[in-house]
Amino acid sequence: MREIDVKIIEKKIAELCIEANHFLGNDVKSCIKRMASEEDWPVATDVLRSIEENINIAEEGVFPLCQDTGMACVFLEIGQDVHLTGGLLEDAVNEGVRKGYTEGYLRKSIVEDPLRRINTGDNTPAYIHTEIVGGDKIKITVAPKGFGSENMSRIKMLPPSAGEKGVKDFVVETVESAGANPCPPIVVGVGIGGTFDKAALMAKKALLVPADNVNEDPYYAQMEEELLDRINQLGIGPQGFGGRTTALAVNVIAAPTHIAGLPVAVNINCHVSRHKEAVI
Amino acid sequence: MEIRIKEPFTKDKIKGLKAGDSVLLTGTIYTARDAAHKRITEMLERGENLPFALEDSAIYYVGPTPAKEGMPIGSAGPTTSYRMDAYAPALLDLGQTVMIGKGQRNEDVKAAVLKNGAVYLAAIGGAAALMAKSIKSSEVIAFDDLGAEAVRKLYVEDFPVTVILDAHGGDLYKQGRENYLKSINK
Repeated sequence: MREIDVKIIEKKIAELCIEANHFLGNDVKSCIKRMASEEDWPVATDVLRSIEENINIAEEGVFPLCQDTGMACVFLEIGQDVHLTGGLLEDAVNEGVRKGYTEGYLRKSIVEDPLRRINTGDNTPAYIHTEIVGGDKIKITVAPKGFGSENMSRIKMLPPSAGEKGVKDFVVETVESAGANPCPPIVVGVGIGGTFDKAALMAKKALLVPADNVNEDPYYAQMEEELLDRINQLGIGPQGFGGRTTALAVNVIAAPTHIAGLPVAVNINCHVSRHKEAVI
Repeated sequence: MEIRIKEPFTKDKIKGLKAGDSVLLTGTIYTARDAAHKRITEMLERGENLPFALEDSAIYYVGPTPAKEGMPIGSAGPTTSYRMDAYAPALLDLGQTVMIGKGQRNEDVKAAVLKNGAVYLAAIGGAAALMAKSIKSSEVIAFDDLGAEAVRKLYVEDFPVTVILDAHGGDLYKQGRENYLKSINK
């Protein structure tokens, strides 16, 4: 049994909120660089150049990458040999988010009720997902999620007969109907199987997978490649101005499901696809 | 080729713009997004004076991050415009000439752009740090309680935008995609 004070988690989360909003991961940066080299439509090339310039300015640490510094999505993988001390985990996570967003001059984008819509003023509460895993460590992932792209995400309970084609068509249709709204070039997270809610969670988790990752299951690796290819034939292009680069990456996570079901969820992220990790 | 436009943003100055043109704006623009549009519309319904005059005005759909010390503003890229579709036509009818945001608009907004000789411009979504560099001053002039959603009066210099909907029925989101697809299917 290893004791971990929740204050350590709080401090780390505050740091990760600030870091994620200023320093885009190398995974997304390498995708942008590669796609920019393959893009031959002049307007699209100009937009990609501006996006790269924006990344460089944000790295100076003064201006966040995007004004939508997101809903703070916090994923915790907690080793079952860990004993948390010093207070409640949920309070520590929210305090970390509060500190990160206040001290880091990040935007406060959370309303306390979806219909009465009063801003909480400190970007809390965070979206918190915990998972118990083996070992005596805690892995923290902070993924600030912008809602321009979140709003373009969709879920569908397909019949099993829809099969692979039904899943792929749904993903491509979702991206096509989103058009310019989610700030293309986008990163596409796809969750297939599980239950209604699990499919959505897997789609969100697929956005935490490095964008340049190749699926370890060859079947899904091929599906990701085919989906990316189909999406980049839509012609939407960076910012919807036309061009090849509509998506930077597609990542799929699949899980066992019921004999009667084929849930599929598509979570869209913009090119500012943020996630920072730390292990305590 | 970039087209430079300076305030006031009159219909006469914007009528020559075509979908796809790159434009650099200089002058005063006002920020308003979801909550501010709702309040402005309610004020109009009650016959109250608005925080700024709509005649020849430019409204930027943005909720910036807080300004750090010595900076006029934080990051300030566009938010998705369709959420303002319910409010925009009435404001265009009252003299607003320029909308700045990103993403598709509905048929009502497109019709109001045509009818009024207005223009819809896109800033680069997610390039908020870059956009902030063209904003020289910022002052909250209404709805301070809304935080990031308050109405701000900005002064911008060579603020880079692209024409999406022009006053003649042009739509870059439609044309840009069509032209690209035509080019690869030749």
